[in-house]
Amino acid sequence: MKFLPVIWSNLKRKKLRTTLTLLSILVAFVLFGFLSAIKQALAGGISLEGANRLVVRHKVSIIQLLPESYKARMERIPGVSAATHLTWFGGIYQDPKNFFAQMPVVPEEFLPMHQEFLLKPEEKQAWLRTRTGCIVGRKTAEKFHWKIGDKVPIQSAIWAQTDGNHTWEFEVTGIFDGKDKNTDTTQMFFRYDYFEEARIGAKGQVGWYIVRVADPAQAPQIAKAIDAEFANSPAETKAETEGAFVQAFTRQIGDIALITASIMGAVFFTILLVTGNTMSQSVRERTGEIGVLKAIGFNQGQVLGLILAESCLISLLGGVAGLGLAWVMIGRGDPTGGMLPLFAFPVRDLAIGFIISIVLGVVTGVFPAIYAMRLRVADALRRI
Amino acid sequence: MSNANSEILVDVDGVEMVFRRGAEEIHVLKDLHLKVPKGEFLALMGPSGSGKSTLLNLIGGLDRPTRGKVRIGGEPLEGLSDRRLADWRARHIGFVFQLYNLVPVLSAERNVELPLLLTHLTKAQRQKHVAAALNMVGLSQRARHFPRTLSGGEQQRVGIARAIVTDPTLLLCDEPTGDLDRKAGDEILDLLQALNREQGKTIIMVTHDPHASARASRTVYLNKGQLASEPLQ
Ligand SMILES: Nc1ncnc2c1ncn2[C@@H]1O[C@H](COP(=O)(O)OP(=O)(O)OP(=O)(O)O)[C@@H](O)[C@H]1O
Ligand SMILES: [Mg+2]
Repeated sequence: MKFLPVIWSNLKRKKLRTTLTLLSILVAFVLFGFLSAIKQALAGGISLEGANRLVVRHKVSIIQLLPESYKARMERIPGVSAATHLTWFGGIYQDPKNFFAQMPVVPEEFLPMHQEFLLKPEEKQAWLRTRTGCIVGRKTAEKFHWKIGDKVPIQSAIWAQTDGNHTWEFEVTGIFDGKDKNTDTTQMFFRYDYFEEARIGAKGQVGWYIVRVADPAQAPQIAKAIDAEFANSPAETKAETEGAFVQAFTRQIGDIALITASIMGAVFFTILLVTGNTMSQSVRERTGEIGVLKAIGFNQGQVLGLILAESCLISLLGGVAGLGLAWVMIGRGDPTGGMLPLFAFPVRDLAIGFIISIVLGVVTGVFPAIYAMRLRVADALRRI
Repeated sequence: MSNANSEILVDVDGVEMVFRRGAEEIHVLKDLHLKVPKGEFLALMGPSGSGKSTLLNLIGGLDRPTRGKVRIGGEPLEGLSDRRLADWRARHIGFVFQLYNLVPVLSAERNVELPLLLTHLTKAQRQKHVAAALNMVGLSQRARHFPRTLSGGEQQRVGIARAIVTDPTLLLCDEPTGDLDRKAGDEILDLLQALNREQGKTIIMVTHDPHASARASRTVYLNKGQLASEPLQ
């Protein structure tokens, strides 16, 4: 500790150089924070709730519709305890960048199957009473300041009403919370019976099915059985567990984990070179001083320690500031306005970032430190 | 004193120093003998490149001789590991350099404190020693100043304060006035003389300046790798 003023004063030696180095480390760690948050947001949707649920979609693609009649046929397959359907509504509220998902569902089937959405019993009753009623997740309700009883117009890019109007009006009858913080509460659900009657075209067609299985361990076999049931029909299906569904969905935008890992690898490699260069330059400039320290009686270990402490201090300062800044910026919420509902800085990655900054300090300091440690005093003093 | 040997602080015994520059061998010191009694103020003169700094480095344990022995206060330096040697330097030797060699980013008092960081002294004790050393060189008022705001003479006095703050037995000064004008140089020499006379410090001072060597109690001349008591013409 008594060496701290000495180490600290070394950082002030070339203020501009230290500042630039600190800034580049800081930027790298802010980037690290954001990539962690994005990665988690994309991989996140997979909750344990989904373990006993299958998603059944059209074999060709998720945007192809399936007949409503599949429900009964699926429920006859052994191991299936219930099935219900959802349809992509593709609506926007006021502004296209206010993205959130809306789907017509059959409340009596949908709610029992999604225990992770917590809805007050009286709000549930109100929804069942109100044909144009909808329930909205807490996050979206707060974002738009919606209250129970509000009438909200949603404009669908896909669905028109029988009069040709694309704007649908729903009454907010309930606001649901998530069972835990991984539950997505950005979505909105409204009644399928209203939707079915009011829409123009595609009657009797739905987006995809959620199927509950009695035993999660049986899920893969049941998925096969469902696909077999509809094989060779005009609308063949592809059934998979909800987790696999989300992952497959994510994979469409590339292997995010790999991309983030490669970007971070490149960034940290650059930072390693930048900081390493700063450290070795600054130690070489100080050759004479290091000679003096050794003449005074600093031993090899102490010289090594001084330099390592200095490089660790730089990278910790930059790293902690960067992680802190990322934490604050990410804490302000999803920058895409709804595309990434689970956007948050995972604490585990925060800890990893901290460890990376220590490793960075050691790795960038170790060669200059060894150089300084090995320096012969007489040589160092001659070089002044 | 119980025996005559205890009077000898520095004993350089048949030392040889050979540097290699590629295939070439440079014999800088050849079978050199030097005894410095405790309390002496010795001036070491000689032409540039004759090996004065090299000899001083050997005495201070900054380098090891190719052959021969260096004993300080009876302690043979060749027996010490690098670590022990560093430790030994911290306790027994004070260095003063021609170019002061202060750490530019540390204030005068922090520079003087540096050697004390290696001791077990508390912060308060360190401050007391630093204040005493700065007082001794007459720079109490400049404790918070940084080296670049001090004159050459003042910087050298900070350098001397740093050398004496641990109260070493032996001060090794390599051209301490080499970069100073006559007046500032005289002040430094006054200081060294006072340290020698009043505090009994043994001092070995390398110098080119006869005016400086005149202050010493004895002068030796290094030439062609050997010592003589008279300069070679
Ligand atoms: N590490 C080294 N490697 C090679 N040669 C060296 C080394 N150190 C010293 N020398 C050589 O040894 C000789 C003596 O050097 P030294 O610095 O001791 O001379 P000096 O008497 O102090 O000279 P000056 O009065 O210029 O300071 C010089 O020729 C120098 O080049
Ligand atoms: Mg010299």
